[in-house]
Amino acid sequence: MAGVRIDGVERVFRDRRGRAAEVVALRGMSLHAEPGEIVCVVGASGCGKSTLLELICGLQMPDAGTVAADPAVLMPQRDLLLPWLGALDNAALALRVRGIGRADARRQAWPLFERFGLAGFERARPSQLSGGMRQRVAFARTLLAGKPVLALDEPFAALDALTRQELQGWLGRALAAEPRTVVLVTHDVEEAIVLGDRVVVMAPRPGHAVVELDVPLERPRRRTDRAVIALREQALLALGAPA
Amino acid sequence: MIRALLIVAALFGAWELYAELGPVDPLLLPAPHDVGRALVDDRALLWSNFTVTAREILLGVLVAGAAGFVLPIALHLSLPLRRSVYPLLVASQVIPIVLLAPLLVTWLGFGLAPKLVIIGLVSFFPIVVTTLDALTRVDPALTKLMRTLDASRLSILRHVELPAALPGLFSGAKVAVAIAVIGAVFAEWSGSEAGLGHLVQQAIPQLLTARAYAAVLILSAFAITLFGLLTLVERLVLPWTHDPPGGSTR
Repeated sequence: MAGVRIDGVERVFRDRRGRAAEVVALRGMSLHAEPGEIVCVVGASGCGKSTLLELICGLQMPDAGTVAADPAVLMPQRDLLLPWLGALDNAALALRVRGIGRADARRQAWPLFERFGLAGFERARPSQLSGGMRQRVAFARTLLAGKPVLALDEPFAALDALTRQELQGWLGRALAAEPRTVVLVTHDVEEAIVLGDRVVVMAPRPGHAVVELDVPLERPRRRTDRAVIALREQALLALGAPA
Repeated sequence: MIRALLIVAALFGAWELYAELGPVDPLLLPAPHDVGRALVDDRALLWSNFTVTAREILLGVLVAGAAGFVLPIALHLSLPLRRSVYPLLVASQVIPIVLLAPLLVTWLGFGLAPKLVIIGLVSFFPIVVTTLDALTRVDPALTKLMRTLDASRLSILRHVELPAALPGLFSGAKVAVAIAVIGAVFAEWSGSEAGLGHLVQQAIPQLLTARAYAAVLILSAFAITLFGLLTLVERLVLPWTHDPPGGSTR
């Protein structure tokens, strides 16, 4: 397994007619994730984080540099559950897409669905679920795609603070039970430190990695742990936030 | 619903007063109670003609619905097709049906065929527009997600785009049923042996105006019924379109 290896990548967006100035989303961006490693990428909005994930997923090609990654699945910012499907069918979407029949897909998705605390909500449509539950369904859908690499784009950005904290703990446990190579993008430094084996801090215009921090802390971590706070200060400093 | 009935009652009341007390000859403008009597007295005649027109409208709307579902999918899947054919579809809507209808009758005869062509032609367009819009509005982020789930183009169409297009299909169909009724009357006026449009055409020169108005009332009621049925089916088949948008963040 290769995990994710991004080396010296450049990605430039040009206006189709070349009229507007081109936007350099990424330049000289490198990022490595070993198989089974959780790498959290932190940066301000517009620093090319989402572009990075689309490169990993093969949805975009780099203009320079190399991207080598095991097959990756994207979990976008919004849960993007299909409003006409029940929760279990949404979770099983990846199986259905592969041509598995509805009953079989449900059966295969069920153990994970139950483990994620969603039992009893099989037929509930997304609009009938809480934000936290929708996010868990979306994560189940992502895992059931069966890809070794997960590209998570600000998975908790749409949640209120309490639910976000609860789900961060939940995601940590879920990944411990079902290890994958994870690249998680967030603008929340604490979230990155609580969840990641390693934190990569990005600077914008053009997006590139400025600092890498190892997080050699035991799990589960709490955002109030002294070591977490110390690392947060280090990361914020790298982001250029006033101390 | 009650308000709508009150408005109808008020309109009929005003009409009744005007027809009875106003300066118009009752042969030219029958009062509502005359129309009511025509509905009862001519019920066999009206019914047999209604079944003809209803059949034309239902089959015509089916034709329009089929075209209005298949065409947008084709236009959505192929950009060159969309660029070349969509303008032609728009152009097809400015063809004066009044001129085209008699030509179709001489070509296709007095039977069902020219009616279906005319009704289909006037009522498929709103279905195409609303269905195509619904297909186009599918979130591009959703398409990206599906691609990372290894979904093929066909699979994205089946699991994401077609379900997302169904509300558009229903919106268009609701507009289409109203237009289809007008189309049916036009089609019958251009040459037919039966139908409520045909009946109106026969009744007016004979100054059987109450009968003509009765036929128009039946056509209106039929359009309202079809509209209501579509709304009902939509609620049953697409319950998620009535979910509150957004949802909570918890």
